[in-house]
Amino acid sequence: MTSTTDIKAIIRRHRTRDAAFAVLGMVCLLVCIATLMALLVDLAIDGVGRLSPGFLTSFPSRFPGKAGILSAWVGTILVMLVTALAAVPLGVAAGIYLEEYARKNWLTTIIEINIANLAGVPSIVYGLMALGLFVYQFHLGQSILTAGLTLALLILPIVIIATRESIRAIPGSIREAAYALGATKWQAIKHHVLPYSTGGILTGVIIGLSRAIGESAPLITIGALTFIAFLPPAPVQRTFPFVNFDWLASPFTVMPIQLFNWVSRPQQAFHLNAAAAGLVLMAMTLAMNGIAIYVRYHSRKRIKW
Amino acid sequence: MVELAEMTPTVTAAPPALKAESKNVSFFYGAFQALKKVNVNIADKKVTALIGPSGCGKTTFLRCFNRMHDLYPGNRYQGEILLHPEGVNIIGPEVDPIEVRMRINMVFQKANPFPKSIYENVAYGLRIRETNSRSVLDGKVEQALRHAALWDEVKDRLQNLAFALSGGQQQRLCIARALATDPEIVLFDEPTSALDPIATARIEELIGELKKSVTILIVTHNMQQAARVSDYTGFMYLGELVEFDVTGKIFTNPSNKLTEDYVTGRFG
Repeated sequence: MTSTTDIKAIIRRHRTRDAAFAVLGMVCLLVCIATLMALLVDLAIDGVGRLSPGFLTSFPSRFPGKAGILSAWVGTILVMLVTALAAVPLGVAAGIYLEEYARKNWLTTIIEINIANLAGVPSIVYGLMALGLFVYQFHLGQSILTAGLTLALLILPIVIIATRESIRAIPGSIREAAYALGATKWQAIKHHVLPYSTGGILTGVIIGLSRAIGESAPLITIGALTFIAFLPPAPVQRTFPFVNFDWLASPFTVMPIQLFNWVSRPQQAFHLNAAAAGLVLMAMTLAMNGIAIYVRYHSRKRIKW
Repeated sequence: MVELAEMTPTVTAAPPALKAESKNVSFFYGAFQALKKVNVNIADKKVTALIGPSGCGKTTFLRCFNRMHDLYPGNRYQGEILLHPEGVNIIGPEVDPIEVRMRINMVFQKANPFPKSIYENVAYGLRIRETNSRSVLDGKVEQALRHAALWDEVKDRLQNLAFALSGGQQQRLCIARALATDPEIVLFDEPTSALDPIATARIEELIGELKKSVTILIVTHNMQQAARVSDYTGFMYLGELVEFDVTGKIFTNPSNKLTEDYVTGRFG
């Protein structure tokens, strides 16, 4: 038997270790937060002076004070649009097929492992592949379409994995309820599986787009320009048929490339422009993440398993 | 028990028409045989209960009746379940499981309403039968909710989410959902195992009402429940049907020693 005093000593020793880990954990957390805050503050101090309506509405220029990011943010939005339009239907449909229809055999397992691995392939490798496939094989040019499709390939694994995970989160009892009433597989998917997993799927899509919006390497590989002083043709027009797809074939630049271009110049003033562009890019990413949180909150609010 | 004693002679005096009969039904989960040549007659517009210890195959047997096993790979049926009056073998591979499920509905162990409104939960079975007229749906939804003894509690909030209901109400909602499409048989898989005694009593009372219009097959853990609600009871053990008879006889004078041991609580 251990005596009471021994037990008290043991407990005291355990409590000391308990407290020690809490302190260690807190220090680690503070290191992470402090580093991020320092980066953010540094970026803000440098860049905030250059932020103005003119910065957003001007084309790049060789005079740092006149240069803006108009072509860059328009290009980013158009490329993201193509990326989303290509990656979402493909990725969601593929995810549904793998989860609901595919037989569980060795082939499915190999496909699953490969998709998980594709999510970790360096983005520049996608750029090389897109250069060979979209630019040289399909002759899509160094265009917004090529860029959007390249980034779509990049985020496709993320969308597929997010789709599968949110589908898998739906309890089997809900599916059985639908099947027991005589629903076909597609009815169960259309009426139940997809609506109940929309929040999770959208979150995955936006996480994917948040990754894509910051990519520059694959786009430089396929030949994105760094200095663009014009906008792509407008997608809508006043005359029939009111929509215009010429913008898809237009050369482009995007925010991270513009940023990279400014940073690599020797003049200090361009570095301030880069910091300001960095702030805008961060705001765009944060806005997308905000949408993801909002969507998830609202779709989960009415569903509790 | 008094009620049962009174009821028993009427049942034995005139054997009622059969709604379904299982003939030598065996079932395999992969290589594991879960059912061994089970023969049960399901009387029309009566309550037939299946009792037995956990793992005896009673739920497996129940789920044969609406082909739920077809949803998962590696499952295999043998034998026949004939659905009358046509006498079609509903576990035959040539029979479309969806057609079977359109005729035989099911209430699950744990209430599983869709995360939709109360109205849409009940209307779902009708919608997939392409009933889209608002007035027809309204009428059928009300009728089903009344049948399930839930109408008075929810009539003012049909558009509310089903999750807002209590556990017992959710289970009655699932019963209404199963009834809305006028099924020929309703399968109950331990429908009260997750409910408190009061909610359980309401559902048992409801089952007694429902058998006026529909044939019921119920699996239950709870022997008193089988004694209270059913007309016929089958005792299953290790995948076999040990004894099947009118409920009063199973509980008061079983012919098999194993049945007697089980209903008197000596094992299980």
